[in-house]
Amino acid sequence: MKASDFSYENPNSLNAALALLANQDGDVQLLAGGQSLMPMMNFRLAAPDTLVDLNGVKELQFIQETETSIEIGAMTRYVQLEQSPLVTQHIPLFAKALPHIAHSAIRNRGTIGGSAALADPAAEMPALLIALGATLNLQSLTGQRSVLADDFFLGLYETTLADGEIIESISIPKLASTDRTGFYELARRHGDYAMAGVAVVDRVVGDLASLRVVFFAISDRPVRDQKMEDLLQRPSANDEQQHLKEAIGQLEFHGDLNADAATKQHLAGVVLNRALKEMET
Amino acid sequence: MNQRHSISMTVNGEAITMDVPVRMNLVDFLRNELGLTGSHVGCEHGVCGACTLKIDGEMVRGCLMLAVQADGCTITTIEGFADDPRSDRLQAAFERNNALQCGYCTPGMLASALDYIEAGGSTDRTAIRQHISGNYCRCTGYQSIVDAIAQTIEEGQKS
Ligand SMILES: Cc1cc2nc3c(=O)[nH]c(=O)nc-3n(C[C@H](O)[C@H](O)[C@H](O)COP(=O)(O)OP(=O)(O)OC[C@H]3O[C@@H](n4cnc5c(N)ncnc54)[C@H](O)[C@@H]3O)c2cc1C
Ligand code: FES
Ligand code: FES
Repeated sequence: MKASDFSYENPNSLNAALALLANQDGDVQLLAGGQSLMPMMNFRLAAPDTLVDLNGVKELQFIQETETSIEIGAMTRYVQLEQSPLVTQHIPLFAKALPHIAHSAIRNRGTIGGSAALADPAAEMPALLIALGATLNLQSLTGQRSVLADDFFLGLYETTLADGEIIESISIPKLASTDRTGFYELARRHGDYAMAGVAVVDRVVGDLASLRVVFFAISDRPVRDQKMEDLLQRPSANDEQQHLKEAIGQLEFHGDLNADAATKQHLAGVVLNRALKEMET
Repeated sequence: MNQRHSISMTVNGEAITMDVPVRMNLVDFLRNELGLTGSHVGCEHGVCGACTLKIDGEMVRGCLMLAVQADGCTITTIEGFADDPRSDRLQAAFERNNALQCGYCTPGMLASALDYIEAGGSTDRTAIRQHISGNYCRCTGYQSIVDAIAQTIEEGQKS
């Protein structure tokens, strides 16, 4: 099918985009990489009255370094993250995970901000952001606020983004060279949405020292479980596998087109063990 | 309402200025307005890869971009690859290996394969399969397509 008609706006600054978002009547939608919104429009699952294209807002495309973090503009594309030496050095988890997000033609367009705003429970990026302890910086005409990734994703395609807000950038605390990361996902075909996946970040130094385990594609949102993290931080006992299995059994699983809830529960254990194994080597 | 915008772009080396409906996607524009029917339309939601084309040097899905978004860009479709010697070798390898039957996937498959070859991709079959995983073929079973791509890379290494 084809998209229904809309007014097309192509602002060249964040302020102009914010003004359009706040002042246009009807359903106003932002267009980032279009790799999720365009399919929805072609299927008429989305039929915005006004489309505000962010591709001309160059101030949203950047990867910068501060002493403690990497700052990434919302319109930064997956391919730019893959090719960035700053990202490779300070966020090695991205280098492991990005090749699993769709296919290269999709990664040439899709953006980090679009994936965060969409909040697809099967997507890698929301889980990565939680595992990394990222902060999302949101901008509206009336002000700016910052939200931890832990608090940003509320459910199936649901976030804390309010009407009139745009994700401006995402701050990711740098990983130290002694920190370790793990990533594993099972998909039917390379690049497909996962049947189950997990991201693990083990920060051993600094204020953020902690172990984080975040599953994706198993529920209606990324799933982080404190009990499991505590368990994994204790010196491993003989019955660790049993404890892990019990901890996984207590998570809430939602089936989707790829696998039912019981299969996902089984696969969660598989991906976790494989990610942990990869971290040991 | 039928909103239109004027756009200018270079398509296969030719400068083009035109008025287009804003809701028209890029591959429909190329096919229906410019008559470049080499790029195919399969699924219209990014999954099949039949519409894959090159814009400002990067492979994209023609069904997931609006024509208005290509304003100011340089586009190469399968018709534009015809002058590229590497593309000639690849096409010959496709023919030799029976890497196409109905041909519906072929333009997108060639575009993805060329991208892989130009990026210095290896003859490793798993790597080739991963790269073309975003292109569906309902006829060949992929084996012969992987053969054709691997052979083209080997030929390139010899010459
Ligand atoms: C064939 C195919 C396979 C795919 N496979 C995967 C996969 O395996 N894993 C995966 O994670 N994704 C996958 N995707 C989706 C892809 O990653 C999308 O690019 C991504 O989810 C959305 O990013 P986008 O930039 O394209 O956003 P868009 O599609 O442009 O926008 C998505 C939504 O976010 C909103 N939005 C965008 N930017 C902002 C912003 N800065 N502030 C506020 N709201 C904003 C838009 O209004 C829209 O509602 C796949 C897509 C396709 C077509
Ligand atoms: S028609 Fe564009 S990917 Fe199928
Ligand atoms: S040759 Fe028919 S779909 Fe590939």
